[in-house]
Amino acid sequence: MRIIVSIKRVVDHNVQVRPRSDGSDVDTSGVRMVINPFDENALEEAVRLRERGIASEVVVVSFGDATVQESLRQAIALGANRAIWGQAPAALDQLAVAKLLRHVAQREEASLVMLGKQAIDEDAGQTAQMLAALLDWPQAVAVSELAVDGDTLYVTREVDGGSESLEIRLPAVVSADLRLNAPRFVKLPDLMKAKRQTIETLDCAALGIDLSPRLQRARVETPPPRPAGQRVGSVAELIAKLRNDAQVIA
Amino acid sequence: MSVLVLADIAASGVALATRQAVSAAQHWGQPVDLLVLGGTDAAAHAQIAGVRRVLHADAPQLAQPVAEEVARLLNGLAGDYAVILAAHGSLARNALPRVAALRDVGMVSEAVGLLGPNSYQRPIYAGNLLATVDNRPGLQILTVRASRFEAAALDGQAECAAIAAPAADGRSRLTGQKTAGGERPELGSARVVVSGGRSLGSAERFHACLTPLADRLGAAIGATRAAVDSGYAPNEWQVGQTGTVVAPDLYIAVGLSGALQHTAGIKDSRVIVAINQDPEAPIMQLADYSLVADIFDAVPELVRHLQTEATA
Ligand SMILES: Cc1cc2nc3c(=O)[nH]c(=O)nc-3n(C[C@H](O)[C@H](O)[C@H](O)COP(=O)(O)OP(=O)(O)OC[C@H]3O[C@@H](n4cnc5c(N)ncnc54)[C@H](O)[C@@H]3O)c2cc1C
Ligand SMILES: Nc1ncnc2c1ncn2[C@@H]1O[C@H](COP(=O)(O)O)[C@@H](O)[C@H]1O
Repeated sequence: MRIIVSIKRVVDHNVQVRPRSDGSDVDTSGVRMVINPFDENALEEAVRLRERGIASEVVVVSFGDATVQESLRQAIALGANRAIWGQAPAALDQLAVAKLLRHVAQREEASLVMLGKQAIDEDAGQTAQMLAALLDWPQAVAVSELAVDGDTLYVTREVDGGSESLEIRLPAVVSADLRLNAPRFVKLPDLMKAKRQTIETLDCAALGIDLSPRLQRARVETPPPRPAGQRVGSVAELIAKLRNDAQVIA
Repeated sequence: MSVLVLADIAASGVALATRQAVSAAQHWGQPVDLLVLGGTDAAAHAQIAGVRRVLHADAPQLAQPVAEEVARLLNGLAGDYAVILAAHGSLARNALPRVAALRDVGMVSEAVGLLGPNSYQRPIYAGNLLATVDNRPGLQILTVRASRFEAAALDGQAECAAIAAPAADGRSRLTGQKTAGGERPELGSARVVVSGGRSLGSAERFHACLTPLADRLGAAIGATRAAVDSGYAPNEWQVGQTGTVVAPDLYIAVGLSGALQHTAGIKDSRVIVAINQDPEAPIMQLADYSLVADIFDAVPELVRHLQTEATA
């Protein structure tokens, strides 16, 4: 069984991003970029499946500019067998990424595609579901536990107010929640080794796939700040404020 | 053309988020139909003001549906609609992107503002930034942050129509469900939320400290990811970018730092209270009222005050 893991290179979650001065987009110049945290969970799970002999190969793919190769090398150091850089025209929306992933999944004859449940830059949470629809495969979104037996996946996924367990026939698409596992840390010698591995380049524009964006970002701004708050000196004062000023308690 | 709203599945009656989604749907100034699934009470939904027609797809596989079934059903209906929308809950998050891909259109997740017929505002980067997004004209598919919209009234009289559901495909099967249940109000729609962080130190202390306060205020209990990961609170209590987004009248943050990923889920609260021993913690800057104190002193004292005044 071959597993495809898709990874997106995103701004580190500790960075406080700002709009560009003209408000046209997010200013990401010079900020620290990392593998989307949820994709690390997806990769970790896939590598564990291979280590347990359930998967034969883990292939990572990322679509974007040349810098995504650095993330792909890190993924190799974390245990992926090989990597594909989808060299993409500027902006791809979720539907375009899903179409490209379908191409890769079919070409690689994958049985399982694993993604993150959401990319922490745009917080869309759509790509896995879109990919599953395009492939006409079943899906499990926001998965926090996963087991494979033959061609059946047993998963637990997180939903509002609780969780669900599902039984799903392979081939399938899975998106990882943060609680699926605790990703391992990359080791320096593995990173050095990964530097020598070749990464396949896929020219996305040459595939004959309609990648024109459906969604276009017109403007980015900082949300209006909440009015400044006040410090209270005691529990009694807090209660008085909540009751008399804010009127949120009886 | 008209607007189709996918209703949240409600054990009884109508989910608040469904009424909020129906209000959002009025934005296009077109008739609004409501799709309800499985054993959900269609007659109760017919009372939501502003709904023209309730479409009820009642089939066993739709009682607790998997995304595949919901998406196929919606794909079959999509040709009659200009807009398909739903509250940004797990049902819609699971199914609507599938529908969008089947129709070869884009989808907008968690819109907080509706600007034009195909222009939206939505938070990005954990709510750190607000983006204006234009979707291509044609079928619009979106989820909305329900709490940003007034709930539609319950004095309507829509007609009800049963519709057929496609046969179950069987490749994906729901085998179990766990819900927090209990007496507490639902986190996503509670009027008061009391949330605890890592500083609570253990599951026992989390409950010993927060439950009396939540009981006294009739509040839902929330938690940070740190508290959930440490096993102090169940998954479904996580508030934030990757948990539940809340918008209560009162949010009390107890011993949590206010990381961006957490505050992404609380900024729509009307009043935020923070209790933290560190005056510099980010939550103390965000809060409307901040109290520098040890939570293990301040929270019991708060409960005592609320109790004595209630009985006085
Ligand atoms: C991709 C990603 C997604 C994430 N999503 C979420 C999310 O959805 N929700 C979420 O919450 N987090 C999320 N996080 C985690 C987030 O970044 C923070 O790590 C987390 O919110 C911190 O939790 P905390 O405030 O409980 O802990 P800490 O940051 O450790 O804060 C503890 C606070 O308690 C105070 N304190 C300690 N003892 C006492 C005492 N006795 N009395 C008073 N105050 C005391 C300290 O001063 C400190 O401010 C995410 C992280 C990532 C990378
Ligand atoms: N450019 C990309 N390259 C590779 N994978 C991506 C890309 N964009 C999104 N993904 C995958 O899709 C998941 C969900 O993204 P989204 O739907 O944008 O929230 C991410 O966690 C990634 O696994």
